[in-house]
Amino acid sequence: MTLLSVENLTVALPPGGDRPHAVEGITLAVNPGEILCVVGESGSGKSITANATMGLLPKGLPVTSGRIMFEGQNLLALSPEAMRRLRGQRLAMIFQEPMTALNPVMRVGEQIAEAMRVHGVGGNAAARVIELLAAVNLPDPAATARSYPFRLSGGQRQRVMIAMALALEPTLLIADEPTTALDVTTQMQILRLIREIQGRRGTGVMFITHDFGVVAEIADRVAVMQKGRIVEQGPAAEVLNNPQHPYTQGLIAAVPHGGAMMTPPSTAPLVLQAKGIEKTYRRPGGWFGPKPVVRAVHDADFVLRKGETLGLVGESGSGKSTLARCVVKLVQPEKGEIVFEGADLRPLSRGAWKPYRKRIQMVFQDPFASLNPRRKVGDIIAEGPITHGTPRAEALARARELLSLVQLDAGAMERFPHEFSGGQRQRIGIARALAMEPELLIADEPVSALDVSVQAQVLALLADIRARLGLTMLFITHDLRVAAQVCDRIAVMRRGAIVEQGPTAEVFGNPQHEYTRQLLDSIPGRGWTPPVLAAE
Amino acid sequence: MELSRLPGFLLRRGVKAALVILAIVVCNFFLIHAAPGDPASVIAGQSGAADERFLAQLRQQFGLDQPLYVQLWIYLKGVLTLDLGFSHRQQLPVWTLIAQRLPATLLLTGAAFVLAVTAGVTLGTLAARRVGSWADSIITVIALTFYATPLFWVGLMLVLFFSVWLEWLPSFGMNSVGVELYGIAAMLDVAQHLLLPALTLGLFYLAVYARLTRATMLEVADQDFVKTARAKGVPEGQVVRRHVLRNALLPVITFAGIQAGQLVGGSILVETVFAWPGIGRLAFDALLARDYAVLLGVFFCTSVMVVGFNLMTDLLYAVVDPRVEVEG
Amino acid sequence: MKDFWRRFSRNRGAVVGLVILLLVCLVAALADVIFPGSPWDMATAPFMPPGEEGMLLGSDSLGRDVAAGIAHGSRISLMVGAVSTVAALAIGVSLGALAGYLGGWVDDAVMRFTEFFQTIPSFVFAILLVAIFTPTIGSVVFAIAVVSWPPVARVVRAEFLSLRSREFVQAAEVLGKSRLAIVVTDILPNALSPIVVLSSLMVASAILLESALSFLGLGDPNLMTWGFLIGSGRSVIRIAWWMSVFPGLAIFLTVLALNLVGEGLSDALNPRLARKRGGAA
Repeated sequence: MTLLSVENLTVALPPGGDRPHAVEGITLAVNPGEILCVVGESGSGKSITANATMGLLPKGLPVTSGRIMFEGQNLLALSPEAMRRLRGQRLAMIFQEPMTALNPVMRVGEQIAEAMRVHGVGGNAAARVIELLAAVNLPDPAATARSYPFRLSGGQRQRVMIAMALALEPTLLIADEPTTALDVTTQMQILRLIREIQGRRGTGVMFITHDFGVVAEIADRVAVMQKGRIVEQGPAAEVLNNPQHPYTQGLIAAVPHGGAMMTPPSTAPLVLQAKGIEKTYRRPGGWFGPKPVVRAVHDADFVLRKGETLGLVGESGSGKSTLARCVVKLVQPEKGEIVFEGADLRPLSRGAWKPYRKRIQMVFQDPFASLNPRRKVGDIIAEGPITHGTPRAEALARARELLSLVQLDAGAMERFPHEFSGGQRQRIGIARALAMEPELLIADEPVSALDVSVQAQVLALLADIRARLGLTMLFITHDLRVAAQVCDRIAVMRRGAIVEQGPTAEVFGNPQHEYTRQLLDSIPGRGWTPPVLAAE
Repeated sequence: MELSRLPGFLLRRGVKAALVILAIVVCNFFLIHAAPGDPASVIAGQSGAADERFLAQLRQQFGLDQPLYVQLWIYLKGVLTLDLGFSHRQQLPVWTLIAQRLPATLLLTGAAFVLAVTAGVTLGTLAARRVGSWADSIITVIALTFYATPLFWVGLMLVLFFSVWLEWLPSFGMNSVGVELYGIAAMLDVAQHLLLPALTLGLFYLAVYARLTRATMLEVADQDFVKTARAKGVPEGQVVRRHVLRNALLPVITFAGIQAGQLVGGSILVETVFAWPGIGRLAFDALLARDYAVLLGVFFCTSVMVVGFNLMTDLLYAVVDPRVEVEG
Repeated sequence: MKDFWRRFSRNRGAVVGLVILLLVCLVAALADVIFPGSPWDMATAPFMPPGEEGMLLGSDSLGRDVAAGIAHGSRISLMVGAVSTVAALAIGVSLGALAGYLGGWVDDAVMRFTEFFQTIPSFVFAILLVAIFTPTIGSVVFAIAVVSWPPVARVVRAEFLSLRSREFVQAAEVLGKSRLAIVVTDILPNALSPIVVLSSLMVASAILLESALSFLGLGDPNLMTWGFLIGSGRSVIRIAWWMSVFPGLAIFLTVLALNLVGEGLSDALNPRLARKRGGAA
């Protein structure tokens, strides 16, 4: 018997949007004990489907047709009060952002107990809370129950959310991108936890994600969504290895293949040498007592030879971005040498650094934050050369050429950043860096804020430019699949230090450090090799 | 925060408050010196200008013939021992004058504060829960109206309406003149006199709190943890009380601390309008007489009141919000 | 610009506010034409109620025209509001920018200083300043500016602090732009919206503050102001209510209008960028 069946669901968008419906004609089913993954890029309507099932759609998004049958009753026909009684008891939900999903001024245990109390079963809540926290493998459950959310890490909070969702043993769990905001190793732990609990209790799970690796890791069945419709649905193995719909094929083709390149060790001249860099942050403390110290970067020596790409990989907080920012003096390290073409850049003043600005450039992570919203795209690209003395007309002409190099049309010159999509903005950011004709390009997570298909395009563009202009690149990423595809050599960072570095194929094929092995183990869907699909 | 951190927190805030008070004293000192004319005649004000003997005594007392830092030291020592100078006009020490008037001001500002917070938060919550409805519109319009009206004018209009036209309530003072009242009757009499001034002072801040509460309620209602609460089946009323309101009140507490100084300032205007015998009225009289010693004393005392009140709101915030850490 | 107007005019209150504000400005500009001569001159018998003897809004205890006083007073109110706001902005923006951009101990020092000014009872301090430096239009403007800059400094600092760590500012650093160029072309234009909104509210509160000072008799003795009119009507409110009512209404309308315009500006300048990013994921 199916547990949940969504039949022909259509949800309207407010008038004036780019399409009339948020989702249209959605039909899907979740069986007891089964994990259904709903996959799609941002804006595909996957979250809307989840929220409609929970009865948590915002007022501006009305359901216009369809049924949602759950345990024999149509959820859409229930009164708000009847729906409320089901929520938390029979169907539960966990969210994407563990950092904001818990009430900051309420103790964790109290929040879990509340989930029981509001359904009239809070009798032995205190004991149950501890049991639940233990069941999601949180260390010292009693102490955790007494803490406030801000004391817990993202992964711990997501465990708390899961404990809360499972408090009343619901038959359906809806998980809306529950691991997207987490680091890979934590993500893998949470995925395993969901898998384990779901298997033990026979819970049905609707799992929303954008990541095919996660799908490969966890799904029994898959539904692929595009622009509010389901384009393909079937057993996980089928959809992953033999996708039928062109959109699914495109998405799977865009997943980085992870096949590391075998490149002979480079003997080209050194471009950059980082020796003994140390950066320590002191958190602002009071006037009394010691200030807490964070060693952001230490023991992180590396070299870059002309024309090669070095990948700095690591989880958030590993210091990879700080290290990259030390190289361009956005962060001032206390110690060490940053030798660029024979000159140590660290002691240089702002003025003495200026000539090197032309030679070292950077591409940033967030395409929405990295362009000044008040300036036209043409000015954004041209302002670097203008700052360094290129006549304005010449710089603007060059900007026009660069736009075509990054595959945007020249009309973009006169427009503002907000008129572009994320992928287009990232191209503009790349054009801005290239306008300086740099020798060394530092790319700080340049594709991690992008959808997978856009990600593939931007990576292809970077590879093309690199080959054409002979750029040397320092590539920072948390995504090992991306690193494998792009980099000649890899340096793995943890807690401010490089723990292992070497040629990509070697690091991936024969990891020496225990942490590297753990990272590689955590790549979601590592057992799945995306099929090589014929180009459309 | 955890209770074990409380003593350290209190100590740090106490030191900070002491530094602020010290800075106020220094500021007063330099104001006296920055004013045009001889510091002695500034301290004495207009009333003392003719009295050479008093001026000489002042010069002696404040060491005005000595270097500036010595003068500052003498002044500091004086203020810190509550010697706020002498009002030549009233022939009384400034501190005595202020101490006499302090209870009346505390009563007035306290009543106005309680009125503003309770009514403001209630109205703001109501408006936020029914956002877009006529109730919301009315509350918003009322709040905007009082926000834009000069305090003293509201006082005058209330006097005009309730005292002059309707003759319901007394328009000035704190007690009825010419009658001896005791016990409950006396309290009722004071309450009757208190009503209009407290309302006047409270209405403006009521508007401020209502607007602030409405805005923060709407902001918090959009946050993820509110959705979490709904997803676990918490009834709507409880979502608002336990999750939205509890978080929305945090900025209100912060704001209460910030506007304490304004409340005290407003009381000068209200006490002037209603002839309420508090330090605001004292300040107004001193202003008319250019009795600077009293004015400086009032400034010092009201500042200390505000610093003390800030200390209390800081403490309350620290107790309510577990995230408050060791920061200075 | 067109977009800006569309968003501004969607807020009906803001349009009403703008109309009122323009009317007040018109009255201020034409005060000498509508009510020629000095507002201090006796125009009729004392205590004439509104509508009698050609006195639209009545006359005061010395037979002066209340309407003429209000019209001439509007100039002082608007002028004091504008000038003191500009002065407060100058102090607040420079201190806030300094603190937010440089950070570190400069930030610490500036913020302690700002906190101090925010803690002291500002109205009492303003009274003290005007009283000690003798009431003139200059000392009134000075006092209002001195007590109104702290919120500006805080807002500007917060904006600078958050903008400084934004990637487009870092990108500008990496391009090698000078500090001044970064502040002027990258940070300031993006910090402008809250400053603009705040300044309309500051003009409103400066007008309130000025009227309160004049009400207490701390206005420039040579200038006719709204607060002075109310103050002089206070003791005779039982026989001449119009002396206090009408100038108060003038203050109320002006301040209300400025607040409404402020809300409209806030709507128009902060189209929720966040919305676009969220989308229907």
